[in-house]
Amino acid sequence: MHFGRVYAVLLRILYLMRGSVTRLVSPIVWPVLDIVLWGFISRYISQVSQPGFNFATAFLGAALLWEFFNRAAYGATMAFFEDVWSRNFLNLFSSPITIVEYLTGLVLAGSLTAVIASIIMIALTALVFGLSLGVMGLLAVPFMLILYGFGIALGIVGISIVLRFGPTAEWFIWPMPMVLAPFAAVFYPVATLPKWMQYISATLPASYVFEGMRGLLAGHPPEASTLLIGGGIDILDIILACWLFHRMYIRAVQTGLIARYSAESIS
Amino acid sequence: MQSKGHVKSDVQSINAVLAVQSLSKMYGDVRAVDQISFSVQRNEIVGLLGPNGAGKTTTINMILGVLQPTSGSITIDGINLAKQRSKALERTNFAAVYAPLPGNLTVAQNLRIFGLLYGVPHLKEKIEGLLNSFDLDHFRDTKCGVLSSGEQTRAGLAKALINDPSLLLLDEPTASLDPSAAQIIREMIIQYAKKTDVGVLWTSHNMYEVTDVCSRVCFLSKGTILLEGDPKQLPSLHGKPNLEELFITVAREPLSLEKD
Repeated sequence: MHFGRVYAVLLRILYLMRGSVTRLVSPIVWPVLDIVLWGFISRYISQVSQPGFNFATAFLGAALLWEFFNRAAYGATMAFFEDVWSRNFLNLFSSPITIVEYLTGLVLAGSLTAVIASIIMIALTALVFGLSLGVMGLLAVPFMLILYGFGIALGIVGISIVLRFGPTAEWFIWPMPMVLAPFAAVFYPVATLPKWMQYISATLPASYVFEGMRGLLAGHPPEASTLLIGGGIDILDIILACWLFHRMYIRAVQTGLIARYSAESIS
Repeated sequence: MQSKGHVKSDVQSINAVLAVQSLSKMYGDVRAVDQISFSVQRNEIVGLLGPNGAGKTTTINMILGVLQPTSGSITIDGINLAKQRSKALERTNFAAVYAPLPGNLTVAQNLRIFGLLYGVPHLKEKIEGLLNSFDLDHFRDTKCGVLSSGEQTRAGLAKALINDPSLLLLDEPTASLDPSAAQIIREMIIQYAKKTDVGVLWTSHNMYEVTDVCSRVCFLSKGTILLEGDPKQLPSLHGKPNLEELFITVAREPLSLEKD
């Protein structure tokens, strides 16, 4: 691994963010809007619900963690799209960079936007809606790590799909987290789902996090084995996502897609 | 003159910065490049010529490592591209009118990023030197997307030379330029080739440019090398007044040349 080349991929994103205010919309404005929306919904629900389970904390905490997952997933994908939109593939892939270095750079760029978004969201929920991640204690760390890993895996899958089907496939990428949300049981227990959806839910690391978070807020912290299963699936997902990207890249080099990559040529 | 199937490119030469041997590319049943062999020596500018669809860009893409050959081998500076891709590409660079630098970054930013990608030592000094050599000082903080065609070509060439490549691939580098700007660019490349050890593979549809710049040309037709030789001597060897007439014959009546 040549870290200078990884840094080049990351630096490109830093330059772009520095040079264009509009690029801050995705990592900042959308999460802020989501937190504001869910903050007021949670506040209203806490006013009308019976005393007992703290719905406000559960909803807002879930919204915060879900948005963190979204930023991790979109961050790497957005970094990749910057090369797609500027038609940089030929210059980039004819350089000595390896796909491991490129993917690492994209993931770091995605992580950067996820961290920026998280800091802003955590500050907003604490200052405006009075929710601190501190209520989750140290468990907030594995929760966020699992969601981060799952977000990265989903981002790499999205990149692979665009590499295979071309830039027009981007409209398939944006709703991917939304498609997963019902199965991930972000705002309700997995038991609420029909049986067939529960089977799918069991394959998503995010569902273990949200179940764990609700259990924690109800006074039943998740068992270590639950988090280990979630983390294990996470690692498996990342490995599968990297394998998929590698396959798509090899195919693109064999067919010449890398050399003539544009919306017009392969869609 | 050397005809199809009898090209005697000196691919074994230890001086070759590029040795292409029996290179083929199939797209399904279509043979885009068919068993071509040629080499580029140090301090040599070789023209890769041919009509549209002859296989020039396919060949260049394979040399750049962005297209996998169906068979054959590519060696850059003695390094096998298939086996040591990164190491071989560290010694290569290219510029093409269809591959401009990202327009949303400034000239200096693009050069810094590509310098990092190619692992260039003393990058800051290198960038300053290139900005100066290509008369891009005034545009260092200008986004590449708003540069004129000539300025973009100069920026692309600065990127192509950032790693002091042993092998420089230029795919129609002057295609979008007016005659004056094209002449300046040509002169820059010729001067660079003279003062360094670089070997250049140059494609162009401008036969006057090729005659002026290249010491040797390879004519591609339907994926094979039909002719190879000195661009100043080849036309007369085939009874043509100039390289342009020879090119037209290659494009329209390649079989007549195969019989020679």
